[in-house]
Amino acid sequence: MSKKTPGVLTAVRLGRGGVKVTHNKNTAEMPIERMPVPQRVILPMQQHIGAPCTPTVKVGDTVAVGQKIGDSDKFICAPIHSSISGTVVAVGDVKLANGIIVKGVTIESDGEMRLYEGIKPPVVTNKAELCAAVRESGLVGLGGAGFPTHVKLNIPEDKDIDTLIINAAECEPYITVDYRECIENAENILKGVEILKNILGFKQVIIAIEDNKPKVFKIMKEIADRDNDKDDAIKLMTLRSRYPQGAEKMMVLSATGRKVPPGKLPSDVGCVVMNVTSTAFIARYLETGKPLVSRSITVDGSAIAEPKNIRVPIGTNIQDIIDFCGGFKSEPRKIIFGGPMMGLAICGTEAPICKQNNAILAFEERKDLIKKERACIRCGRCVDVCPMSLTPTLIERYSRVKDAQKLKSINVNTCMECGSCAYACPSGRPLVQYIRLAKQVIREESGK
Amino acid sequence: MAKRLTVSASPHVRSNETTTGIMLDVILALVPALVMSAIYFGTRALVLTAVTVASCVLSEFVCRKVMKRDNTLGDLSAVVTGIILAFNLPATLPLWMAAIGGIIAIVVVKQMFGGIGQNFVNPAMTARIILMVSFPTAMANWVVSGSDAWSADAITAATPMATLAGAQGGNIAAVSDSLPSIAEMLLGRHGGSMGEVCSIALICGGFYLLLRKVISPIIPFFFIGTVAVFMFFAGGGNIEFVIYQLLGGGLMLGAFFMATDYATSPITKKGKIIFAIGCGLITSVIRIYGSLPEGVSFSIILMNILVPHIENLTLSKPFGFVKEKKQKKEVEA
Repeated sequence: MSKKTPGVLTAVRLGRGGVKVTHNKNTAEMPIERMPVPQRVILPMQQHIGAPCTPTVKVGDTVAVGQKIGDSDKFICAPIHSSISGTVVAVGDVKLANGIIVKGVTIESDGEMRLYEGIKPPVVTNKAELCAAVRESGLVGLGGAGFPTHVKLNIPEDKDIDTLIINAAECEPYITVDYRECIENAENILKGVEILKNILGFKQVIIAIEDNKPKVFKIMKEIADRDNDKDDAIKLMTLRSRYPQGAEKMMVLSATGRKVPPGKLPSDVGCVVMNVTSTAFIARYLETGKPLVSRSITVDGSAIAEPKNIRVPIGTNIQDIIDFCGGFKSEPRKIIFGGPMMGLAICGTEAPICKQNNAILAFEERKDLIKKERACIRCGRCVDVCPMSLTPTLIERYSRVKDAQKLKSINVNTCMECGSCAYACPSGRPLVQYIRLAKQVIREESGK
Repeated sequence: MAKRLTVSASPHVRSNETTTGIMLDVILALVPALVMSAIYFGTRALVLTAVTVASCVLSEFVCRKVMKRDNTLGDLSAVVTGIILAFNLPATLPLWMAAIGGIIAIVVVKQMFGGIGQNFVNPAMTARIILMVSFPTAMANWVVSGSDAWSADAITAATPMATLAGAQGGNIAAVSDSLPSIAEMLLGRHGGSMGEVCSIALICGGFYLLLRKVISPIIPFFFIGTVAVFMFFAGGGNIEFVIYQLLGGGLMLGAFFMATDYATSPITKKGKIIFAIGCGLITSVIRIYGSLPEGVSFSIILMNILVPHIENLTLSKPFGFVKEKKQKKEVEA
């Protein structure tokens, strides 16, 4: 481990594979703007990994910002709160951007953005209280996965956890919301880190930043130094910017040199990885008690007239957001929810923004969006770039013949679908699609 | 409002590397050696190359048509096969034989097994061996470079490999009169296949491919390295003998351009090492103990056949994989 600056670490161990993607962080210097209150919001009852919520309001109810409108008694679930004040106009099926239909609550705005009177800062002194408070806040991983944060923080007693890693890598191209959060809200991030460290008892905290964000690094360093962290437990780490550096397992490897085995979680090797924006949210929530009702997103891409970083109420219609960004300057051919490497191509603009969405990208037709599909030439690039040491070309072959046994034997389920293989493939093969099919084949096989 | 949005699986951006681009790089890397062979063997070298390339391209076109599959000429792999095949032929070979070689490479070896990426042996190499077996005299009609390959009475000569085969136990001095100098070996002023003579041009091309990351250094390094080590011991520590062995015959062409063929070499790193060492060993054994003076083509073909097995045995373990035994130990601890 070489130390360039005191208190600043460089990666302990570099992950294998990965690809060099063009960063395209066009919106990096654009401060987060607040979008005007939309006419109506649609709040799906499933904006997280886990059990869906059940609506707790009915048509005609008056709701205020931060009022809980959906909850469940299941543990792996995050409650849903109203993001605007107004009247519930519909409770029923809504279609998400990915085409899945779930229960949802539609709220018509009264334009006042009245805060729910029941909101008060929670009192948190121990782990149980922290987890309960975080659950009440409705927080899910804001980096894109949407896993309920209280589940992550509720570490079983038998697991020996020593390291908290704050993920500020943001390795997906285009997206700059975490970057803006670091610049605009660095104080809150540090506060969040302190809270998590003191309550959950981490021995060390590593704030990991990719080396293409020197500005963030400088700001974080200044604040971290000023806070005069006595036991020097909070450290900054620069990582080389190479996709998918921000993936949880890669992060744990770079920060600690530990490898998370297939099917295990970072907590199995003593780590918890938190997104920066989620960390800052925890600090804010403990101060104000205002649950997760809005989030920042990057709106960018060659078809967007005025790319922006904006803060929108959750449940805002995508079309409203695009209109706020000047609409389309040319006919879009592909609209993506999230980043271009792992994001979801959506089929229309009539869908709500959910908690875990961090970007909307709209592209004109471009060469790199559609590469001609040719036969596999066995060049092995997919094998070289796979951060999980898998063999994507073999997965494709077995996936096409639906051989569940073979697929299991080559560990398809270890794949995190980062897309490096398909990115690197000179023959333009849709490898991630085959990998998803492969996982489906295995699910069907084990369901028999 | 957008009417037709493309919905596809992620990732939505792709690298700008394409199959065609890779093949173009290989063609570029072969140009220096082609130029040198034109200098040594005259225009006939170029005509021979044109014939094999045309034969390969035409075969591929007709084959895909007959098989009712889409046209794959655009990937340029047939052109690469054509050039490499020409490099493996003596400059004097009758043109119709060269054309047959192209047909064998594309129709029998490549397309009948499913086209690009599916052939289990190297097309150009197999075509060369079939030609060698079918037309042994014409395929061994080596002219000394610098003499006009068009003329019927071009000066023919034994290749350095044939001469070296006479040097028992690395005793170069015994045959030194009939051997070209090391400088001549490097530049290519000696008998041999059209494209294999100029080692320096091939090495330059090979380094270009390494630089462009078209090939990984593993195969050339271990292939050439194994031959060097073997020859060092076989020649009783005679470094000169080792140098002649490395620069003579088709080793440079084979190690940089043919053993590295994607379709017929393992995709795993460990597999590549095993494959390359195997190639080196077989080449050396044939050169020293076999009745043939040269063994690069046979070694590559033989190792090609083993590739699926090598690959199966060397598949990497997934990230963070722990062996069951170790896991149990950890649990106990």
